[in-house]
Amino acid sequence: MVFASLFAVTTILERKGLGRFQNRYGPNRVGPYGLLQPLADGLKSLTKEDIVPRSADKVVHLLAPLILVTAAFLGYAVLPIGRNMVAVNLDAGVLYFFAAGSIVEVSIFMAGWSSANKYSLLGAMRAIAQMISYEVPLILSAIVVIMAAGSLSTVTIVEQQAGYTGIFPHWYVFTPWGFAGFVLFMIAATAESNRSPFDLPEGESEIIAGYYIEYSGFKFALFFLGEYLGMFATSGLAITLFLGGWAAPFSFLTWIPSYLWFFLKLLTLIAAFIWARGTFPRLRMDQLMGLAWKFMLPMTLLNIFTAGVWHFMPTGISRWLVCTFLIVAPWMLLSRGLKQRKKLQVRTYRFAE
Amino acid sequence: MTVSFLILAALTIAGTAAAMSLRNLIHCVLTLTLGFVGLAMLYLQLGAQFVGFTQILVYVGAVAILAVFAIMMTQSVGPHVQPALSSFWVPGSVVASAVFAVLAWAICSGATSVRTPPQHDVSVNQIGDALMHKFALPLEIMGLLLTAALIGAVILAMPEKKGEQ
Repeated sequence: MVFASLFAVTTILERKGLGRFQNRYGPNRVGPYGLLQPLADGLKSLTKEDIVPRSADKVVHLLAPLILVTAAFLGYAVLPIGRNMVAVNLDAGVLYFFAAGSIVEVSIFMAGWSSANKYSLLGAMRAIAQMISYEVPLILSAIVVIMAAGSLSTVTIVEQQAGYTGIFPHWYVFTPWGFAGFVLFMIAATAESNRSPFDLPEGESEIIAGYYIEYSGFKFALFFLGEYLGMFATSGLAITLFLGGWAAPFSFLTWIPSYLWFFLKLLTLIAAFIWARGTFPRLRMDQLMGLAWKFMLPMTLLNIFTAGVWHFMPTGISRWLVCTFLIVAPWMLLSRGLKQRKKLQVRTYRFAE
Repeated sequence: MTVSFLILAALTIAGTAAAMSLRNLIHCVLTLTLGFVGLAMLYLQLGAQFVGFTQILVYVGAVAILAVFAIMMTQSVGPHVQPALSSFWVPGSVVASAVFAVLAWAICSGATSVRTPPQHDVSVNQIGDALMHKFALPLEIMGLLLTAALIGAVILAMPEKKGEQ
């Protein structure tokens, strides 16, 4: 329920924010400052006619959005959103989260295939190729935290990051491997939730709307809901793994309730998602795959190695230097090396100027 | 035998039976996926978290998708009507019932003689420990095999050079 209302808040924030990014107002008609816009959108999608194409596979067409939303909700069960506030403390919590996420791929295929439409099938193919490619770096970048915490349980991972040195917390993001892991995890999470700049499966200008092109009314709203819920869930997992879960960022701020910290961090990450969407242009398909397999995968593997080095080196400044070097040097070399093969130059447009 | 076991068993059997009998191949894969999910739930019901979640992650997330892609790349687009029974269904059913009879006989004759001591729940930590210490060498060999397979796939997918043709 909380996350569903967060969905409403995020849509209005996103539309307002993107409006400002693109030098326009955004929604401002419904309610004060347009704040009631999500309510109006929801009512509209409820009252809209539900159109099913004649050649569509009716049962699969109906089931796809339902399975998507169910799978998106499943992941929340293991997210600790506050002190002692987790639905189930599973021994294999992180594994459960990724297993629930993998069901989404099946539902996307069902949506794309059952619509009996070229564009929706193309969109589903793209979405699945992208999600499978980025699932690998997503899971591999989470492994460093599992190595450090020595547990797959989300509650234990948060407990391992508790405590403060002076006023600063022991979050994993404040280590060289943790920071690299966090950045890689967030890139993979953006791709996994089909957000811009990785929104090729939707690509309005190429394949119109991707796998949900034939959906209208409330089913379309369900797809939207599922996508946003997936984004919140992966952000929540990023907070749990790298940003100390519900812990306060400074020791003198612990009097603020823990669940408020969780949602504050979540909103910050969502703002970053919106910011990225307003800033970066969409990738091309080969660039997308190249990034996943040539850059993300080697970097995550290297990050795992670095975490091992960190674990076995004595505490002190030397392990900071060695581990930072182990991450930064290959990062620079790899990005330089990948760039070298392509001739980058200013493009001249013949028509669009 | 609890109610939840009966429901899950019915779900699994219904899914796999539908996978064998439906005409549309994509429908078959989707119902087979339902069978996989039911099987994973059965593992979970037995308290095997690691196996259950891995079953979903690997079979639902990867194998089902792979099967779907394989079907779509080898078959012409659109529903393909095929006869429900293939031409060699008689020998097939004989082999299937023979295998079932052997398995049922083995289970029925073995159940009373061997009584395993009650196992305490195996946690994911213990599995990880066992993989890293006792079974480290098999794990490494598996990793090597998978890496070799990955390199082979990359070589297959590489565009052929013009001089080689």
